[in-house]
Amino acid sequence: MSASTTANNLPRPKSKAGSMERQRRLALWVSYIALTIFVIIFLVPPFYMIITSLKTSAEISAQAGNPWIVKDPTLSNYWELMTNAAFQRYFINSVWVTAITVTISMTIAILAAFSLSRMGFKGSQVLSTGVFLTYLVPPSLLFIPLFQIMGWMGLINSTWALVVLFPTLAVPFCTWIMIGYFSSIPKELDEAALIDGASYPQILVKIFIPVAMPGIIAAMIFAFTVSWGAFLYPLAYLYSADQATLTVGIVRELIKGDVFAWGLIMAACAMAAAPPIIIYTFLMDYYIAGLTAGATKG
Amino acid sequence: MANVSIRKVVKAYEGDVQAVKGIDLEIIDHEFVVLVGPSGCGKSTTLRMIAGLEEITAGEIWIGGDVVNDVPPRDRDIAMVFQNYALYPHMSVFDNMAFGLKLRKFPKEEIKRRVDEAATMLDIQMLLDRKPKALSGGQRQRVAMGRAVVRNPKVFLFDEPLSNLDAKLRVQMRTEIKKLHQLVPTTTVYVTHDQIEAMTLADRVVVMNHGVIEQVGAPQELYHHPATRFVAGFIGSPAMNFLPCQLIDDGGLKVQLADGTKMAVPPQRVDRYAPFKGKKVTLGIRPEHMTETHDSEKPGVQLLNAKVDVVEPMGMETLVHHFIVGVAVCSRIDPNVQTGPGETLPLAVDMNNMHLIDDASNRVV
Repeated sequence: MSASTTANNLPRPKSKAGSMERQRRLALWVSYIALTIFVIIFLVPPFYMIITSLKTSAEISAQAGNPWIVKDPTLSNYWELMTNAAFQRYFINSVWVTAITVTISMTIAILAAFSLSRMGFKGSQVLSTGVFLTYLVPPSLLFIPLFQIMGWMGLINSTWALVVLFPTLAVPFCTWIMIGYFSSIPKELDEAALIDGASYPQILVKIFIPVAMPGIIAAMIFAFTVSWGAFLYPLAYLYSADQATLTVGIVRELIKGDVFAWGLIMAACAMAAAPPIIIYTFLMDYYIAGLTAGATKG
Repeated sequence: MANVSIRKVVKAYEGDVQAVKGIDLEIIDHEFVVLVGPSGCGKSTTLRMIAGLEEITAGEIWIGGDVVNDVPPRDRDIAMVFQNYALYPHMSVFDNMAFGLKLRKFPKEEIKRRVDEAATMLDIQMLLDRKPKALSGGQRQRVAMGRAVVRNPKVFLFDEPLSNLDAKLRVQMRTEIKKLHQLVPTTTVYVTHDQIEAMTLADRVVVMNHGVIEQVGAPQELYHHPATRFVAGFIGSPAMNFLPCQLIDDGGLKVQLADGTKMAVPPQRVDRYAPFKGKKVTLGIRPEHMTETHDSEKPGVQLLNAKVDVVEPMGMETLVHHFIVGVAVCSRIDPNVQTGPGETLPLAVDMNNMHLIDDASNRVV
């Protein structure tokens, strides 16, 4: 009896589970609010871009009405761009520069990362760090020396200048991602392949590339973005309309003096943004897996 | 199938650290040899040197009559099973097993025949289309063995293949490896730190410590006739008991413990031990030779009273831990004997199975 009385008199410990649940709910609310603000800030501009691209020039310039609502949606802006020879040229230029940039960057990055992470030669550690350090140099700082080099090579006002240039900017980061990914592949896998009779090139092609596909896709998306979204270099190095890429072409073609063809500009921007959005949407899981694999490897 | 010969092999790393210090070992055709020892003893390095995954600093390795020091792994005609299986994660079980054959440009029908044969032998036919991630640990290890078997190599190398498996599966796979070697008697070098695995699998066990070979021999030989204190302590579970003592002549050669307890040396060993009279020695006695006193009348059995510290009933036997002259000692007794902590248990020490270790050289006399 006395024992039970003593037990009843003891101060009850606060329910830890309940407090943790409350904290969790609070954290969730804070996360939702922060994410909502984040999503609004980032999604409003593209939303406004699409809304505007579906309006006629008259509707865009009309003062009356709600600018967030399309009264008479039209695809005329898109049609006009698609039938415009100059725009087609910009698109083709962007596609081929990007395709070659991605191909060259990935070839170099995969080979470099494989040798740096697996061949174990003297100085490979220092070289790996060096590769990453070059990525830290802002591209705008390289602008003038590279202009001189391109001039010396006779590539100014040629999309070939971008084909040579963009891999220079993309390779260090792509290599860094790939080094991280390759390093996360157990060493026993290449040893097993060596014993099975594979040569180093065979190990790379038959084992490493398939196993590291998420990392390769992450690096490819980065190289794609470097080339597709570049503005400074195409603007400075290419001055003929037939050499311009999309980013520069849109500005040059659709802004004449102080006249902005907003409907066309927005449609062009939407069309320029479409390929990266499509690629990101379909390959997002690979992209995240690739980046985190590189990041979590000590 | 081939002999493997390791001659004065040294492996040194930067900073003059020697992982393997000039070892010699002859492994004959069809033999199953297990390299066993604690972590860092050089067993895995030795295996990797045989495989060609580590360069040899000095000495020679022969496989099938050829020096292979400078031969790359793929040309050594060996197959290796790794601790973490090392299966190619993007390939099916079939492709994993067929990979080596495809690289060697075997005809498709031959590849299929060999993979099917190995899969049947290892009971993994139903798994051939699966990817490694859809397999359990035991199944993965079987696939890894299958990958080795299909190549029909001169030598199988196993690098702690059972370490990642749980205790029950480990015992099961151990039997399967032994069965596999009976079916395909390829020369095998197997590395483990588990002395039970070594004892159960090996034709001969190689005990390594600090980069040198302590002793090579059949499992029973190592158990009953260890050459050094290290082997005596390493082989056997629970480990051999070591009691510091002195050899005295007290109306016959006797072992005297620090507390004055004297135990007579069996007559057939007197001549062998006599030169160590008066020297510092250690009495080595296995737990099963320190039992309850039911056979105390047997010649050579000496009685010793020991205070019980901990009792561990194992079912078929009971392990009792004591402290004798300040040293932890384990005895193996009949499970029907009732005893408990703090009680004094009279033990029968079977001196016919004693070992005497010379403290100066750490060798068993």
